[in-house]
Amino acid sequence: MTQSAELGSQSFVLLRLGERRFAVIATQISELVAPSRIFRFPHRTPKLEGVILRRGRIVPVCDVAEKLLGKGLTSRRFYLIAVRHYGEKSEWVALPVTGDCELIAAEMTGSGEADAAHVAGWISHNGEVIEVLNLDALTPGADALPTSTIPAVVLEALP
Amino acid sequence: MHVATPPAALHAARTEQIILFRVSGQLFGVSSASVQEVRSVDSLSGAATEINQPTLRKVRHVLRRGDKVLYVINAAVHFGLPASSAGLIFVLRKTRTALLVDGMDKMATMTRLQALPLAYCHEERKWYRGLTALDQNVIPVVNPEGFLTADEFALLDASLPPLETTGETANGGTELPQ
Repeated sequence: MTQSAELGSQSFVLLRLGERRFAVIATQISELVAPSRIFRFPHRTPKLEGVILRRGRIVPVCDVAEKLLGKGLTSRRFYLIAVRHYGEKSEWVALPVTGDCELIAAEMTGSGEADAAHVAGWISHNGEVIEVLNLDALTPGADALPTSTIPAVVLEALP
Repeated sequence: MHVATPPAALHAARTEQIILFRVSGQLFGVSSASVQEVRSVDSLSGAATEINQPTLRKVRHVLRRGDKVLYVINAAVHFGLPASSAGLIFVLRKTRTALLVDGMDKMATMTRLQALPLAYCHEERKWYRGLTALDQNVIPVVNPEGFLTADEFALLDASLPPLETTGETANGGTELPQ
């Protein structure tokens, strides 16, 4: 990642999906990793491709391209590992991206009523206006479910 | 940035034996403690009664054992996988279900079970106890109680065919120790 500093502004990670660029608030990003094997198993949640193993954790891979671009990615180069909040809990999710990412500083303008739920705001960078993504709205999660379907204990360990 | 600490780091290690089995080429795990018997499909051909509940295509057969009725779940249909040639039935302990699977892969020792990531938010949350990493592979570990809901049991109970004396004399099965 390259970095340009701007005092008084917030840090964002710029990611590329196909021909478009999007931004995520930098504090939500854990790392950018090379493609690794996706493990698939049956499920019914749309937009989830499977899981990858990363640092001993099992991380779900959420394909956000179709929602953002209207089509899936034809090529991918990296996974951007981001933190997704589910109420008081948070977990990693992996977002497939097609290009290198860039760390920038910019001032964000909040989203408007007309913006989709996955738009957290907007930033301007090098003459381009870029959507800042709200990952909690963009990626699937249990907080969208009736509570009856959410197990009381979601983290099971073998003590 | 706060991400939950992996549970394995918080607890002393304890292991659990699981049976790895295949359905339409997909590998699953189930706790061996929750499998009462493993039987070949052939050995039960005379013991199973057909049941026809159009809204539950995954249950086509019933096994009667005394007063107990076991609903045979076709795992491929349950998980939405392509139809496959089932070879084994797992009779699940403490449930009224048996599971039709293609075959058993092996027994393995699971040292850590990670909860299904919260991004998975549909029926699969009932299907699986969680995921485990084994031999550089990620295996979903099924929840033996997740194959039928209480409503589905009620529906099936209501559509049971009249009791017949089947006189089950199945051979070729393996009763697993509890």
